[in-house]
Amino acid sequence: MNLLWLQSGGCGGCTLSWLGSGHGSLFHELKDEGIELLWHPSVSEAGVDEARALIEQCADGRVAVDVLCIEGSLLRGPRGTGGFHRFGGGAQPMIEWVRQIASRARHVVAIGSCSSWGGITAAGINPTDACGLQYDGEAAGGLLGPDFRDHGGLPVINVAGCPPHPDWITETLAMLAHGRLRAEHLDDFGRPRFFADQLVHHGCPRNEYYEFKASAEKSSDQGCLMEHLGCGGTQAHADCNQRLWNGEGSCLRGGYACIRCTEPGFEEPGHPFESTPKVAGIPIGLPSDMPKAWFIALAALSKSATPTRVRENAHSDHLLRAPSVKRTKR
Amino acid sequence: MSTRRVVGPFNRVEGDLEITLEIERGRIAAAYVNSPLYRGFEQILQGKVPADALVLVPRICGICSVAQSAASALALADAAGIAPPPNGRLAANLTLAAENMADHLTHFYLFFMPDFAHADYATRPWHATIAERFRATTGSAPNQILPARARFMQMMGLLAGKWPHTLAVQPGGSTRPLQSSEIFRLHRTLREFRQFLETVTFGARLEDVAAITSRAQLEAYRTGAGGGDLRTFLAIADDIDLWHLGRGTDRFMSYGCYQEEDRRLFPAGLWHGAAEAFDVAAIQEDISHAWYAAAGLPQHPAAGSTLPVEEKDGAYSWCKAPRLAGQVVETGALARQVVAGHPLARDMIGGCGGSVAARVVARLLELSLVLPAMERWLNQLAPGEPWCISAQPADETSGVGLVEAARGSLGHWITVRRGRIHNYQIIAPTTWNFSPRDAQGQPGALEQALAGLPASDTETLPAAIHHVVRSFDPCMVCTVH
Repeated sequence: MNLLWLQSGGCGGCTLSWLGSGHGSLFHELKDEGIELLWHPSVSEAGVDEARALIEQCADGRVAVDVLCIEGSLLRGPRGTGGFHRFGGGAQPMIEWVRQIASRARHVVAIGSCSSWGGITAAGINPTDACGLQYDGEAAGGLLGPDFRDHGGLPVINVAGCPPHPDWITETLAMLAHGRLRAEHLDDFGRPRFFADQLVHHGCPRNEYYEFKASAEKSSDQGCLMEHLGCGGTQAHADCNQRLWNGEGSCLRGGYACIRCTEPGFEEPGHPFESTPKVAGIPIGLPSDMPKAWFIALAALSKSATPTRVRENAHSDHLLRAPSVKRTKR
Repeated sequence: MSTRRVVGPFNRVEGDLEITLEIERGRIAAAYVNSPLYRGFEQILQGKVPADALVLVPRICGICSVAQSAASALALADAAGIAPPPNGRLAANLTLAAENMADHLTHFYLFFMPDFAHADYATRPWHATIAERFRATTGSAPNQILPARARFMQMMGLLAGKWPHTLAVQPGGSTRPLQSSEIFRLHRTLREFRQFLETVTFGARLEDVAAITSRAQLEAYRTGAGGGDLRTFLAIADDIDLWHLGRGTDRFMSYGCYQEEDRRLFPAGLWHGAAEAFDVAAIQEDISHAWYAAAGLPQHPAAGSTLPVEEKDGAYSWCKAPRLAGQVVETGALARQVVAGHPLARDMIGGCGGSVAARVVARLLELSLVLPAMERWLNQLAPGEPWCISAQPADETSGVGLVEAARGSLGHWITVRRGRIHNYQIIAPTTWNFSPRDAQGQPGALEQALAGLPASDTETLPAAIHHVVRSFDPCMVCTVH
């Protein structure tokens, strides 16, 4: 299976995340899975004229592309011309190259939240009219339109995340290479379910603080970040606290809120990222699948039942009280 | 009679790059560097609460993500009038250093060296060996470097949660308090990386590399025993004379970085044959050849604006042209070490000025200088002491944050009005190095470095042009942002 990777209006962070794969050399991993890089702007040998010639051949069909990976938002501006991003060495806007190659490629994969939904580049006034390949925020559409299907009948596969975990990318590509990725393996937003059927909350090391709503009040506190500091881990689809980052990390383990970066529209949460919007003291964004009344009742109950250890540790940057040691009577 | 040739896409640089060459009698008479991607972060940031910048700015760039965070955190701290506690300062140093060291490694092995595997060099005696070692994606070096780099970046998992795009670097310090056992694990990872560098990259102890004070000593090191990829590079540099390739302005600038108790590990300054007065207030951005509308006169970034326009006479890039007191400067590891007064860096530019070889050597030299500093910072961390203080900028305030990314000087200027970001201007390292011409017609640093090189409008682009471009370790996504 060959793979062409193009970078559109993004930061290159998905590639950098991918290069940090923790399973030996990424290049060997790809080879082992039967994936051949036709071209990737950051790592391939071919440059300038050679690279241009190859991309032209991919666009006109002389070179068959099995998988087209797009990293970065698709910039439609100004006024639909795509002029904010012309692919180096010519006048043609990147969105035109993407349209042409996507129509011929066997599969199209959006790498990261920018090419999935628009992402950070679409934040604020969205100066470049950025969108994703098949979504514009939560709305189906994007550059390729809601009805786009690849030659095997799949929609754009959205390996969302800002950036995505290296394994999300490699495992999605490996599934494609082995012919094991079918429509039922994608969720409602086209994300591979192997990582999107989890919540960031699952495996969060702050779960005990969450249980008792023992909440952090400032950065570097050990408590739960949901009540005050904007954490969306109970609503964000990803396995970040089960499949760790850079060895033993995750946003929560790093001490800061989950900003729901795998979700469409995460770039404009409607409130400051690191604070939790509330109505009458109750966070607006409740955990997924949790009825509001039960959440309020349970939160009130668990707050009153909070052990002193948990309450005190929540407001400290290191352990003040260790769990008590119980001896078994003989 | 000159002909024009548009060259792109350059690969193995971060982001999009295109260069138009004006060729006369087989040489580059003039080069015009175009950054063809505009995203508009400075527009996106307007109207946000100041703290949101910490989410947005790292996402300007996947490779200098932490540098962007650090500049923003410093600007917000400046605006709030606070400074982090010692643990917070040390954690910020460690996080930025980890990114910068990984970038130096990535640049050398993945971006720069593969060019020598190219068929252009098939007649050189070293070609077969180099191709086996450095060929892109299949060479032994890239495949050896990736796992070592990933292992080293595990420091980021502990220090910053993840990389790229962390929120751990805050104006008041770090969100990630470290306990003793975790500091021990960081020591272990650093030790492993040190061993890797000493065996694979240098074939020498880091301290011995850091102690090289002149070209002559560098030559003695090269002919010595021990192997290592730096020796290999030096042999190539001598063989095809990379010491006389890619001279720029020879005016070197550094904002300085890695805050210690009372100074920066590498100080700020300007060097042009000798140390010169350096004044950040003398920075101005010129947009005469960039696709922006403005009042006309170059502006200091604190008062700057970013208003893209579709068409503009004379414009050929989305990159603005920053100037220091009207002058073009070069920034990067070489500039940083020249300004800091490292004797080897000063000696390397003494004879033939800035060059491809000097820029590459300066980067690897920094690996040998910064790793021991990281070990020292780890030892200074004090678990149990505070890591972060709260920051609340006033509703009407402004601030500036200046740091050094791997590839040079990065500055953020923020103005807050009624509690919201009124203006946010960024000048990235490659904005300096790859700037277009200014109103006086002065070409940017790369444009100067390319002028005079052999080129033709029909044949394959000479490898030398690739070397010069990549010797700056450009980051094009930061350049325009």
